[in-house]
Amino acid sequence: MSAGLLRIIPPAMVVRRPHRMIERHIVAYRRQWLIVVSGFFEPLFYLLSMRAGLGDLVGTVSVGGREVPYDAFVAPALMASSAMNGAIFDSTGNVLHRLKYSRIYDAALATPMSPADVATGEIGWALIRGQLYAISFLVVMAALGLTNSWWSLMALPACALIGLTFAALGFLGTTFMRGWSDMDMVTTLTMPLFLFSATFFPISAYGSWAWVVQLSPLYHGVALVRAANEGVWTASMLGHVAVLTAVALVALTLAARRLDALLRK
Amino acid sequence: MTAPLLDAHRLVKRFGDFTAVNGIDVQVQPGEAFGFLGPNGAGKSSTMRMIACVSAPSEGSLHMFGLDAATHGAAIRARIGVVPQLDTLDTELSVQENLWLYGRFFDLSRAESKRRTKELLEFAQLSERADSIVDNLSGGMKRRLSIARSLINEPELLLLDEPTTGLDPQARHVLWDRLYRLKQQGVTLVLTTHYMDEAEQLCDRLVVMDQGRIVAEGSPRSLIEQYATREVLELRFAAGTNDQQTAALAGIGERQEVLPDRVLVYANDGEAALVQAHDRGARPESALVRRASLEDVFLLLTGRSLVD
Repeated sequence: MSAGLLRIIPPAMVVRRPHRMIERHIVAYRRQWLIVVSGFFEPLFYLLSMRAGLGDLVGTVSVGGREVPYDAFVAPALMASSAMNGAIFDSTGNVLHRLKYSRIYDAALATPMSPADVATGEIGWALIRGQLYAISFLVVMAALGLTNSWWSLMALPACALIGLTFAALGFLGTTFMRGWSDMDMVTTLTMPLFLFSATFFPISAYGSWAWVVQLSPLYHGVALVRAANEGVWTASMLGHVAVLTAVALVALTLAARRLDALLRK
Repeated sequence: MTAPLLDAHRLVKRFGDFTAVNGIDVQVQPGEAFGFLGPNGAGKSSTMRMIACVSAPSEGSLHMFGLDAATHGAAIRARIGVVPQLDTLDTELSVQENLWLYGRFFDLSRAESKRRTKELLEFAQLSERADSIVDNLSGGMKRRLSIARSLINEPELLLLDEPTTGLDPQARHVLWDRLYRLKQQGVTLVLTTHYMDEAEQLCDRLVVMDQGRIVAEGSPRSLIEQYATREVLELRFAAGTNDQQTAALAGIGERQEVLPDRVLVYANDGEAALVQAHDRGARPESALVRRASLEDVFLLLTGRSLVD
């Protein structure tokens, strides 16, 4: 980075070593691989239950003018939701522990690492873990015959974007937590997102309340993954990408600032 | 005189309306062992955080290794080691992982970081616990691991915030020995403590801080000579009667201090002072004559009222 740029960007915001944080996590999770593996099963169970139970009851749903079976309709949404949940999981409880209890961020900031390095590294790690789940979920979808074309692979970058957005939001939210009891807020906030982001029924079902659904970042993620799976691309996808990217960038910047304010008083 | 390694001028740290550090001037030379003494809340830790470049001064200037701390934080942090007051060890990692992964934060190659890890495990007497999880270590071991970790970047300056608080006497002596070795290797030490024996053991020079200001500066010996008498007579009276003794003791020695548990009489000849006190009718339950220590200086300079 040029000296000129360094003058404009505050030192706390310089991102140079986020991969050091990720390296630490890879080493730490070598001992806890079972925890990593377990994250794959929750969305899988959801998918199987939807397929076995609701699928027959509901029949087909219209997506982009096409009729698709219910399980093919709901699978991309579950994939998007699991990207959200994984990212939130990694960026809240674990971050709270490192921030307030083991205080390893304090230790990291005593080195040349910057607050932005720490925040970016944590969010990057959440992304990597989320991608592993997304890949395995996609494999299962393909095995169950729920994918339509190679376009389905585009669900992976879509999930990466969802992961980025929610990891940044989760990290930002965690910097405001006072202790473990505040962790309850996480479920309180993500549960409605999971249920009301055009996840289980199309947005048309929400009628005049559709605009509320559109406020949910997950809604935009679900729309992207669904489009990828159907291979139906419209200009509105650019809008979804723009919303998620904007939320992610704002949240990431604020998160690094909060970390700076918290740990470098 | 060589250029100071640490040069702070009119350093101020404010948190809202509260001024934690109120305009201090400090210079530390390379190779020195320098101490900040003071009661809790004197501003020692805030000063240390500024020196560690993890907290920006509210006012004043701070230069380390000739670099401005305001603009070269990362470059300065690359050359110092920090042992925080509370351990910030990574409880999800083993002892050796704590070391070599920390080295990676300083951009050491993996091979180099692991090589230094091996050496530091020896130095900290933790080789046998290399694969232990940190949570299972004793307090003294954790402290030694913290120190070992702070040395992974081969720092020119080591900052220690109350390094031996909470340790048993054996663990403290082991730690002092390790710090003394580092000093002999030419590492500059800057530490805070409220243990006077620690300051006398380790520090070439120290400052006493109180309410954000420096109230005295010098070597442990020179401070004792300047602020205390040669000897101190400690008198213990029946509980709750200390205040009633002042009349009887008035004028004996150079001055007296009434502490909650005892009365101190500062005198160059402690035995003579004790005889005088007896002649005046004072009947202590016990009496002790000792040499003046840094603690006496500390009590004189920072007051005896309990600081929370």
